[in-house]
Amino acid sequence: MEHTYKFLLRIGDDSLILGQRLAELCGHGPILEEDIALTNISLDLIGQATNIYTYAAQLEGKGRDADALAFLRLEHQYLNAILVEQPNGNFADTLVRQFFFDVYRKLLFEQLLTSTDEQVAAIAEKSLKETRYHLKHSSEWVIRLGDGTELSKERAQFAILDLWRYTEELFYMDETEIQLAKAGVIPNLQDLKPLWMEHVLSILNIATLKLPENQGFFGAGRQGRHSEYMGFLLAQLQYMQRVYPNMQW
Amino acid sequence: METLTQEKLAEKFQAKIDADIKIEPNDWMPDTYRKTLIRQISQHAHSEIVGMLPEGNWITRAPSLRRKAVLLAKVQDEAGHGLYLYSATETLGVSREDTIDDLHSGKVKYSSIFNYPTLTWADIGAIGWLVDGAAIMNQVALCRTSYGPYARAMVKICKEESFHQRQGYEIMTTLMNGTEAQREMAQDAMNRFWWPSLMMFGPSDAESKHTEQSMRWRIKRHTNDELRQSFVDASVPQAELIGLKIPDPNLKWNEARGHYDFGAIDWEEFWQVVGGNGPCNKERIEARVKAKEEGEWVREAAMAYAKKHKS
Repeated sequence: MEHTYKFLLRIGDDSLILGQRLAELCGHGPILEEDIALTNISLDLIGQATNIYTYAAQLEGKGRDADALAFLRLEHQYLNAILVEQPNGNFADTLVRQFFFDVYRKLLFEQLLTSTDEQVAAIAEKSLKETRYHLKHSSEWVIRLGDGTELSKERAQFAILDLWRYTEELFYMDETEIQLAKAGVIPNLQDLKPLWMEHVLSILNIATLKLPENQGFFGAGRQGRHSEYMGFLLAQLQYMQRVYPNMQW
Repeated sequence: METLTQEKLAEKFQAKIDADIKIEPNDWMPDTYRKTLIRQISQHAHSEIVGMLPEGNWITRAPSLRRKAVLLAKVQDEAGHGLYLYSATETLGVSREDTIDDLHSGKVKYSSIFNYPTLTWADIGAIGWLVDGAAIMNQVALCRTSYGPYARAMVKICKEESFHQRQGYEIMTTLMNGTEAQREMAQDAMNRFWWPSLMMFGPSDAESKHTEQSMRWRIKRHTNDELRQSFVDASVPQAELIGLKIPDPNLKWNEARGHYDFGAIDWEEFWQVVGGNGPCNKERIEARVKAKEEGEWVREAAMAYAKKHKS
C-alpha cells in the first residue's frame, strides 16, 4: 500500500507538474490551433493528476484529499521526473519534452491496463486514450520541426541534446517499483526502456534528427531532489493555498 | 446602367434583411455592410483572443485542481471562439493573418475590458460572472444577426458563454460564503469590474456612430443602452443574493420604468482605455505580438514541411 502510494505520487506529480508547465503557455502559443492543443493537453494532465491523487489520498488514509497532495507538500516531497519541470523554452523544447514524456507514458499506461490493482488499471485505461492523442500530436510536431526548415531542425536537434539527459530517470526503479513489479501492480520499468528507445528512434528517423552520443544521464526527481526551476514553479502553483490557508475555493 | 443594377441589388438585399432571410458569403452585399461586419466580427475575434490573457494570468495560480481545470477549459473555449470568428471574417474575404496584423497595429480594437488587470483570484469570478454576462447579452442578440456565418458561430459560442458565466458566479458565491478575507476579495473585484462591465456595451445610443445603420441591416438587434439596461436588471438581484454591493450610490429600482436606474458612466475613462491608455493595453498587445513573432519560425517550419510532402 505504501509502495502504491509512492508510485502514484511519482506518476501523479509527473502529470501535475507538466500540466502546470503547459498551462503557462495558454494564450501565448505560436498558432491559435496550437494554443488550443497545448491547453487541451494541460487540461488532460491536470485531470489525470486529480484521479491519481484521489486514489493516492485514499490509500494514504490520513484524511488528506487530492488538493492537499497537489498543493500542500514541500518541494522534496514532490516525486516527478526532472524532465517535466524543465522550462517551456521555445516551441521545440516544449514539444521534444512532451514527445519524450508521451512515448514513456503511453508504454506505461498500456502495461498498467493489466495491473493487479484495479484502480490503477482504471486510471490507466482512462488516461491511455488521451495519451495516445498527445503522442500523435507531439510526434507530428517533432517530425515537422525536424524535417521543416533549417532553423526548426537546429532547434529541434538542440532540444533533443538538451533534454536527453533527463530521460533515463523515467525508468527509475527503487524498492517501491521493484516490489510493485513483483506484485504485478506495475510493469518492470526497465523493460519499457528498449521499447521506448525503439519508438523514439523510429520517429527521430522520420524527422531526420539524431540522438546524442556518449552523453551521461541525470536526474533525481523521483527521490525528491529537483532542479532550481522547481521552487519557482511551486511558488506559483501553491500561491493561493499558502497565502490563504484552510479555505474553500 | 451599372448604378441601376447596384440600386436593384441593394433593394433586393434590404428586402431580404427585412424578411429576416440570412445573408450568406456568396450573396451580393453592399460594400459598407461587408466592411461593418469585418470590423465587428474581427473586433469580436480579437476580444476572445486578447481576453485569454487576463484570465490566463491566473491559471498557474488557481487555488484547486478543479478550479485550474475549469479555468483552463474556459480559456481554451475562448481560443475556440476566436477561431470560429476568424473563420467567419474569412468568409468575407479577409485572411486571418491580415486581421491579426490589424490588431497588432492598433487599427482594429478589442473589448476595452481586457485592458484591466486581474489582480486577485476573485477577478476570475468577476470576469466570468460580469464580463461574460455582459458579453452574453450582446451575443444572444447576435444569434439572430443578419449575416449567416456570424449568426451560426454565435449560437455555438453562446452555449459555452453561459457555462462560463455560471462558473464565474459560482466562484463569487463560494468566496462570499467563505472567510472575511475571501468576501473582501470578492467585493474588491466587484468594485473594480462593475463599471468597466457596463462600458462593454459601448457608448450610449446618442453617441454611437454605428448603431443606426447596423440596426437597419439587422447586424445589431438592440441598441447599446437597451442591452446595458438588461444587464443591470439581471445582475443586481444576482449580486444581492450573495451579499455583494453594487458600487453605485445612484442605483435604485424604478417602479414606473420597471428597470433599475443607475449612475452616470465615466465615459472619459472609457475613451482613455479605448484610446490605448488603460492599465494593460500595452501589455496585452505586446503579449500577442510576442506570440506571433516567436511563433514565426514554427509556422514557417510547418509550411516548409507541408510543401516538401505535398503529393
